Amino acid sequence: MKKRQGFALTLITAAALSASALSGSAFAEDKVTLSFLVDNASNSIAWANQLKEDFEAKNPNVTVDIEIRPGGTEGDNIVKTRLATGDMTDIFMYNSGSLLQAINPVQNLTPLTNEAFTDNVIDSFKTVVSANGDVYGVPLGAAMGGGMFYNIPLYEKLGLTPPKTWGEFMANSQKIKDETDKTPVIQTFKDTWTSQLFVLGDYYNVETAAPGFAEAYTNNKAKFATTPAALASFQHQVDVFDAGFLNEDFQAAGYDDGVRMVATGEGAQYPMLTFAITAIEQNYPEHLNDVGFFALPGEDADLNGLTVWEPAGIYLPKTTTDHKDVALEFMSFVASTEGCDSQTRAGGATGPYLIKGCSLPDDVPPAVKDLMPYFQEGGRNGPALEFLSPIKGPNLENITVEVGSGFRSAEDGAKLYDDDVRKQALQLGIKGW
Amino acid sequence: MTTMAAKPIVPTKKRKLSRRAAHYPIWFIYPAAIVYGVLFLVPTFASLYFSLTRWTLFEAEFIGLDNFIQFFREPFLSQALLNTVVFAALTSALKVILGLALGVLLTSNIVARGFLRSVVFFPVLVSTIGVGITFTVLMHPTHGMINEALAFIGIKGPGWLTDRHLALYSVALVDVWRGVGLATVIYIAGIVSIPGDYYEAARIDGATRFEQFRYITLPLVRPAMFTVIILSFIGGLRLFDLIWAMTRGGPGFSSDVMASVVYKQYQAGYYGLSTAGNVVLFILIALLAVPLNWFLNSREITR
Amino acid sequence: MKWLRKYGLSVLSIAVALVVFVVPFIFILLMAVKDKKQASLLDFSWPQQFQFIPNLIEVIQTRDYMLLTAYINSTILTVASVTLLVFFAAMVGFVMQRRLAWWTGWVDFFILAGLMIPPAVVPTIWLLQILHLFKTLHGLILIEVAYNLSFAVILFRNFIATIPRELDEAAIIDGARPLSLFFRVIMPLLKPVTVTIIVVQSVAIFNDFVNPLYYLPGKENATVQLTLYNFQSQFVSQYNLLFMDILLITIPPLVVFLFFNRQIVAGMSAGAIKG
Repeated sequence: MKKRQGFALTLITAAALSASALSGSAFAEDKVTLSFLVDNASNSIAWANQLKEDFEAKNPNVTVDIEIRPGGTEGDNIVKTRLATGDMTDIFMYNSGSLLQAINPVQNLTPLTNEAFTDNVIDSFKTVVSANGDVYGVPLGAAMGGGMFYNIPLYEKLGLTPPKTWGEFMANSQKIKDETDKTPVIQTFKDTWTSQLFVLGDYYNVETAAPGFAEAYTNNKAKFATTPAALASFQHQVDVFDAGFLNEDFQAAGYDDGVRMVATGEGAQYPMLTFAITAIEQNYPEHLNDVGFFALPGEDADLNGLTVWEPAGIYLPKTTTDHKDVALEFMSFVASTEGCDSQTRAGGATGPYLIKGCSLPDDVPPAVKDLMPYFQEGGRNGPALEFLSPIKGPNLENITVEVGSGFRSAEDGAKLYDDDVRKQALQLGIKGW
Repeated sequence: MTTMAAKPIVPTKKRKLSRRAAHYPIWFIYPAAIVYGVLFLVPTFASLYFSLTRWTLFEAEFIGLDNFIQFFREPFLSQALLNTVVFAALTSALKVILGLALGVLLTSNIVARGFLRSVVFFPVLVSTIGVGITFTVLMHPTHGMINEALAFIGIKGPGWLTDRHLALYSVALVDVWRGVGLATVIYIAGIVSIPGDYYEAARIDGATRFEQFRYITLPLVRPAMFTVIILSFIGGLRLFDLIWAMTRGGPGFSSDVMASVVYKQYQAGYYGLSTAGNVVLFILIALLAVPLNWFLNSREITR
Repeated sequence: MKWLRKYGLSVLSIAVALVVFVVPFIFILLMAVKDKKQASLLDFSWPQQFQFIPNLIEVIQTRDYMLLTAYINSTILTVASVTLLVFFAAMVGFVMQRRLAWWTGWVDFFILAGLMIPPAVVPTIWLLQILHLFKTLHGLILIEVAYNLSFAVILFRNFIATIPRELDEAAIIDGARPLSLFFRVIMPLLKPVTVTIIVVQSVAIFNDFVNPLYYLPGKENATVQLTLYNFQSQFVSQYNLLFMDILLITIPPLVVFLFFNRQIVAGMSAGAIKG
């Protein structure tokens, strides 16, 4: 009896061994396919494709299979659904900060804390891809600023300089309106997300005027409607609308129209995130040197600084077990100077990378040159609210469309957004609401 | 019409009744019932439970009726409710009337009848996203073809999709545009199956065309009309994809309907809340459509 | 004057139909053959340069010939689900129209519920996974059948109401069993409504994008509507390619329709029931 059992065991072990030997040899001979899910923004696709190409050149036995999903909240749902149903790709790209927390990294993702390559990642990025003390992602893309693109030839023609205060900004815009037939401020509400920049990009100014706002806001202590500096962000939208600075078709124009207008000089100023530099480079390369950038101006010229967005991360879901080593290899490649160079080749330089030792080429476009001082010694920058607080109301873009179209006052809009935030806090189950 | 055409033989004996049932066996509905029950009813019942939870997809915490309370606190819910009913009533009314008019027109002796029948049906063939993209472009306030055509005759066209008082109606018109072909086909099927003898008899009696329409077509086309009413009304209450493709409920919240509010909760990751909204939407549709269906069925003396 | 009375209505109808129903299609066609710059003007104008072939090739080549994979998937999906749908729904409609029993009320209720209740996406995915149907084409086929049954049953039932019961009685007296009664006697008479359902449902399923998006994720599983959805963001500012894609994915439904269009007319006159 005992003997027979032993025999059975041996048989099983042998079978298991031969099976693993088989799969081992299969691994060595056959190509490994690594699936990689990215969103459909043209930057992401360009970066992913170039990384794929360079990584495959280094690792001939690996094929990276890029899968593309929609962006925005639709994409959030796809990522959540696929994680919840255990159907995620081997690695995937997703936002850092509050959105990452919403996909429950501790439960769904493999921690990377012990991987050597995370030492290459700059700390500011690590904090926005961490949960419970573990690091979960490596950065894809560069840090971004939220501010104002401006058309340099138009500014030069009128002898204007980038404003440091909101008053100067309004004066500049008035001058553009009076002396040219160009649009002073471009808005593109067909893509509703673009309407949020006046509010979200103003956060550095809010934080300097009302220090500790983020924490008080998370704890249900501070509100947009009752904090003057935060209310001012909404008021700025009303100001530009009331002054008649907007393009005639601002409600029907889209992000791409906005990029075109500021690049070609049809419009003077366009509030946007700096990743738009890639769009200008791809669609209007001849105008790349005509576009500059400044942070959204606040009340105090000395305190003016830039609101910064951390880039998206690449993550490893727990469901990836077959090619985990290859996946880690790929992530290690992304988190290296080679990875940065690969991305620069793909989409041009858009800002500082979050990998140690990465540098930008000398001939960066003016908008990037304008961006860099905010990050250097003595420069002033701070993270956007969504990296300081887990709560971001999903209806902000609809509210800012209403405020920016003159349907609703700044106070009303801010109040409505506070309600939206309350709902999000309740749904997230945050204490104190 | 069946009351005239095919009066059912009233069974007098119990034995005959059972024999009759045997010729229409219940197992005929099993294949459909299995697919429908498993893939539609089971998930629907599961969602009733999830509507009572705070659900992140990864875990569900039971919170009682909080989701329903929160849903009714949605600031734009009353507007969305009104929009939903207005949209459904408007589009179904237009489809019922225009569909009937087209159905009569396209069964009459008109030149190029085949061509017109095809053309009216064409929009049904284009996908919602396709229709959405095309009409968003056509309705562009400054470059759009519609407003350029209006400008040509000296009218300054409105911002069809950007004026908050107009957006919902613009989408409704597009919905009628793409849906009227289907209504017309249902009407044509109904009209064609009306026995020609009736018209012949009426003509011999000297009835005018209008009288023929009023006393033959209209009453006999009723089953088709009821089908169109029910389908387009419920479809209108549930409509989501076209609104989403054209306005996303905007500008602001002005063209939000129930279905888009529910979808927004889903998009925001409020799965429990969204499921609760779905239940509310279902109840709203049931409150409006069941009585309507009952009323229409009671007037249709068949079976 | 006489001419006007005879043809006035026809001419008016044709003119209105041209403006309302044909011009948008011409617009799609014109946009699809323009170059990128002219297309971005969004106006109704004659193309300065005919870019039909280059646009066509570029759209087809996008994302490793995604469109071709999508055509195959969508065709299988549409043909299979519509076939099942027609048989399942006709059988239900037949029994429901002819019988009155304690359960017919419930079935009525569920049919209406199917029209009214918006499907619950995530519980459905969970269920499909248990059944090993998630991410499979046959899983999606069954989903489309389940979601479209109500509509088809209602149409069938209403049409069957116009078929005299005397036909059944005659067949029964001749000794027909339920199956042959249904397939030999009733089904042939259902031709007009069947054609209508085939056209309407195959178009709806071919054009569906929400369900494939959720239940059939993955690049190799793309359906045609997903290509449009994907290209929409990729072809930002390239309206010519976007409209070319719309044009290409509208052709199959158009062909189905033109093919069945005659059948509709023929089927209708053949199926017209004389009292």
